[in-house]
Amino acid sequence: MIGLTHYLAVAAILFTIGVLGIFLNRRNVILMLMAIELILLAVNINLVAFSAYLGDLTGQVLAMFVLTVAAAEAAIGLAILVIFFRRRGSIAVDDANRMRG
Amino acid sequence: MIATIAFYLFATLTIVPALCVIFARNPVHSVLWLILAFFNAAGLMLLLGAEFIAMLVVIVYVGAVAVLFLFVVMMLNIDFAQLRSGFTRNLPFGIIIALVLAFEIVVAIMSHKEGPALGKSQIATPNQPNIVALGQLLYSRYLFPFEIAGLILLVAMIGAIVLTHRKRGDLRTPNASRQIKRRPEDAIRNANPGVGEGMSL
Repeated sequence: MIGLTHYLAVAAILFTIGVLGIFLNRRNVILMLMAIELILLAVNINLVAFSAYLGDLTGQVLAMFVLTVAAAEAAIGLAILVIFFRRRGSIAVDDANRMRG
Repeated sequence: MIATIAFYLFATLTIVPALCVIFARNPVHSVLWLILAFFNAAGLMLLLGAEFIAMLVVIVYVGAVAVLFLFVVMMLNIDFAQLRSGFTRNLPFGIIIALVLAFEIVVAIMSHKEGPALGKSQIATPNQPNIVALGQLLYSRYLFPFEIAGLILLVAMIGAIVLTHRKRGDLRTPNASRQIKRRPEDAIRNANPGVGEGMSL
């Protein structure tokens, strides 16, 4: 029988993979954004699993809000990426030193 | 039994493509692996009895976010040499993805009769589907956060348009404010010309 722990384990592994992806692909912004999407997906799986386990629909409502924020974040991030590429001709994060940060 | 098999199938096929997203050399392959991971996460949520969130994941993540990623990856021309390498190289990859998805749909349909995988906790009464319960909650207790979510999407849409919009010099676009400012008195002249006098050059 599949319990709550199994779902939490899957979400944890997915979250770890997402974090690992951010650390491994330090230069490629697109892959970093994809890793962030993986992290948010892990959060969603956690929320839905707890919602089913506790019999409370609030978790699913929260998962919907996380989905909204993920979509908005992807749209804005990719828009920033497009204008960055248009100006610099590359998407390497190392080149992003225009503001001397 | 079939629910257990389906869980391990979906879990494995969520985690392995997630690893492939990170380690794939070609960004386009990364996005395709991401789509596979999203589909299987939706399957996991389906097993939990959250049908609406599962469909939302497929629609929003696969239909909007992943396609947006795909557009940007292909538009930015990152790995052009590999993108050009041809149809036959991508063909086995596509066939494998299609076979896996078809197999999973069969398993999901077979395991659907078993009900939610966390059996003891029944979310909604049987005569009230998941979508109805979620909608009633969303439009009563969580109405304000729901509208804020809509506002976030509006801000993201306007922000993305404003960020990526650029003025091009070689386009002849209509001047909207000039068109709106134009009044009938300036544009129309009533005349009653006699015969042979109607044309003025």
